[in-house]
Amino acid sequence: MRSAVLLFPGLNREGDVARALTQASGQRPTIVWHAEHELPAGTDVVVVPGGFSYGDYLRCGAIAARANIMNAVRAHAARGGIVLGICNGFQILCESGLLPGVLMRNRDLKFICKMQHLRVERADTVFTHHYEQGQNIKVCIAHGEGNYVADAATIAQLESDGRVAFRYADENGSIDGSANPNGSINGIAGIYSPNRRVLGMMPHPEDLIDSLVGGTDGCGLFESLAQFQKLAA
Amino acid sequence: MKARVTVTLKNGVLDPQGKAIEGALKSLAIEGVGSVRQGKVFDLDLTAGDAAQAETILKEACEKLLANTVIENYQIEVG
Repeated sequence: MRSAVLLFPGLNREGDVARALTQASGQRPTIVWHAEHELPAGTDVVVVPGGFSYGDYLRCGAIAARANIMNAVRAHAARGGIVLGICNGFQILCESGLLPGVLMRNRDLKFICKMQHLRVERADTVFTHHYEQGQNIKVCIAHGEGNYVADAATIAQLESDGRVAFRYADENGSIDGSANPNGSINGIAGIYSPNRRVLGMMPHPEDLIDSLVGGTDGCGLFESLAQFQKLAA
Repeated sequence: MKARVTVTLKNGVLDPQGKAIEGALKSLAIEGVGSVRQGKVFDLDLTAGDAAQAETILKEACEKLLANTVIENYQIEVG
């Protein structure tokens, strides 16, 4: 699995994502600067990490979504390539048109930084086959604009097509409203593209890959991606 | 040529910031404010020669960057 991690001014999670990818796959990702026009040849997986690209000016992810490299990412996705956007990366994917909807200011206007459980909605994708369907995983969230919003038709389409990747849950796995930290419609924490090769998610799986820092439930996602190489070969 | 672009949230899109401002106005005992919606204003200096050309440029700017048309409307005023 050859991976590329995009870097925009103001992102700050590229190191953690690179570490998670390296730990799972044994191969270091290439860090790709936003002004580049091409991804490295043979790239299987593109990761857009979290942070605060361009200081969240205008709208979160809006300016990064118009960078040169995003044209290459769109072409990669159109070829069936894998793209993962985490936190600000998810916002960038929505702003770039690769995923529908938008991440609005959290319902309670607070920046929320805490551990958060998620329900894995399906375990048959390139991102989640190391999990079990319905598994309750503990990762963390750190965002001020994570309130997923889309029009009713888009939400209905996402639900009926099984494109909700993760929902906010409590520690017992319940997804009723009290587990929803930011007001996202239907407790949506992550969504897939129609071919399930593009995933955007607000929580940070890359933070939970070492028991030293609170858990390893994020490993499954990167191990799933690492396996992609063997599936494709 | 000067222009102003105003970007506002579409009807029905929840605006937590507007709600917070609404609450703050109430706490200041400023009476008679029903609701508040927050938006953005962009003042632009254009090199365009005429208003029609300016409108075209600004429409492209709004569609491509200044507004997210999933949730926002925009209004262009030239001159």
